Amino acid sequence: MPTESANPGVSAGNDLDLKSLEAGLDALETPTLHKFSVKKYLFSLLSPLIAIGAVILIWQIIIWLQWQPDYIIPSPSQVWAALGQQAEHQILWQSTFNSIRRAAQGFLIALVIATPIGVALGLNKTLRAIFGPLLTGLQQLPSVAWVPAAIIWFGLSDATIYTVVLLGAVPSIAIGLMNGIDQIPSIILRAGHVLGAKGFTRVRAIILPAAWPGYLAGLEQGWAFSWRSLMAAELIAVSPALGPGLGQMLDNGRSLGDMALVLGSIFMILFVGVLIERLIFAPLRRRTLLNRGLLR
Amino acid sequence: MTVASGAVQLHHIVKQFSTDGPIVLDDVSLSVKPGEFVSLVGASGCGKSTLLNILAGLETATSGTVELSGSPTLMFQEAALMPWLTAGKNIELALELRGIPRKERKDKAQELLDLVHLERSYDQRPHELSGGMRQRVAIARALAQGRSVLLMDEPFAALDAITRDFLHEELTRIWQETGITIIFVTHNVREAVRLSERVLLMSSRPGRFIKEWNVGSNEPWRSDSTFSSYVSELASEITDNLRKEIVRHAN
Repeated sequence: MPTESANPGVSAGNDLDLKSLEAGLDALETPTLHKFSVKKYLFSLLSPLIAIGAVILIWQIIIWLQWQPDYIIPSPSQVWAALGQQAEHQILWQSTFNSIRRAAQGFLIALVIATPIGVALGLNKTLRAIFGPLLTGLQQLPSVAWVPAAIIWFGLSDATIYTVVLLGAVPSIAIGLMNGIDQIPSIILRAGHVLGAKGFTRVRAIILPAAWPGYLAGLEQGWAFSWRSLMAAELIAVSPALGPGLGQMLDNGRSLGDMALVLGSIFMILFVGVLIERLIFAPLRRRTLLNRGLLR
Repeated sequence: MTVASGAVQLHHIVKQFSTDGPIVLDDVSLSVKPGEFVSLVGASGCGKSTLLNILAGLETATSGTVELSGSPTLMFQEAALMPWLTAGKNIELALELRGIPRKERKDKAQELLDLVHLERSYDQRPHELSGGMRQRVAIARALAQGRSVLLMDEPFAALDAITRDFLHEELTRIWQETGITIIFVTHNVREAVRLSERVLLMSSRPGRFIKEWNVGSNEPWRSDSTFSSYVSELASEITDNLRKEIVRHAN
């Protein structure tokens, strides 16, 4: 009987008393939970608009004071018009779309490369001792420093841009995952062992989900590094062969001395960053905390 | 080496964490029959948790042999549920790692939740459960592994008295229904006497079995009204022995 013991039938009526006692105790001891509130969600989604409104207001006041000529500090409406002009020729949308596509592709490739590195270094002390410092060094090195080298190796091509993006994102994601693995409580690892999780199954079913909070932090930083590396690369590697991008749009503004376009491009870069954070990472982070009972 | 399903044999187990370190377990031998419920009691430093870890394969003995049919499962003082999975999915993980096909897992997990009286907790996450409920999910998860031996390392030590009381009844019932072999480590003598058929007292530094009591196993006897006074008597006898062992270390 012991070997087939996992699924005995539902117990008979003689323990009904214990059952209802337990049900009562369970009800008394179950912690009360966070309720999802639409109001709170909308507030968290829309609250950044308050800061944006304040910035535009102060900016407009500076314009009204006529402190600097408009080729140094253009007004909000001039910047809006400059973006509108780019939008008319579809360049704004093409540039934004192209940049997001490049950053996203670079980020996904980085994810695929960084994950096994993070797992290997997180689980193996020897590998960590050998490669850990190199990874930390790479993370601290601004990836824009790779732009000249990448241009010499690959010319003004997509390969140049992806190289820079990868060198920016891979170390952050790998280090985030490594830290996530370090922070797994040892009781979880022991439970995994007792459950019989080994090898790849152990990584998939225990290590990665247990390390997820740190991994997610690494992904978020990896995305930020992808995005800023991409902008640096686009700003430097300008070529018709590469097609439009927000970095190129910014460089275009600089070469034309069009301050409204320069500021407009910067706002677009900022806007995309905030948008991705709000739409992808913030909900993921919230869900992670909520699922693990860490939301305060 | 294998023995009959559910039986456990330990022969002359010695454990030292380092070659010049103290001897934690000194020539420990134990024979447990299939379906038996054995408790190990002892003061701190008697190596009872180390012994369980050796049985569970989390540590290896310095010398001696362990005979088990298949690997046992182990429960800790904490439930050690995976915080990213619901109660039901925690059990399904154990079923998955045991090799149960995907489409059978959900029903089996629900059956096991029914067994520990948590039929409505499938979708609840560990942090949404009380300590007692978490420990019951941990019992269900351990049973999901389909092993014939369950090792329990002070599983109820962190619970309040009321909850612990219920879990004692619960564990007795589950043991009787499943016929699983249980080796239960505790420093609560009363708990050991109440639950098990046999209580073994361990000495500290080094850990050895110094005395053994048979509580008796026939079921009617356990539900008899005289059982609780018998438990008290036996518990105080064992406690006296335990205190003598502790006093021995005073000098």
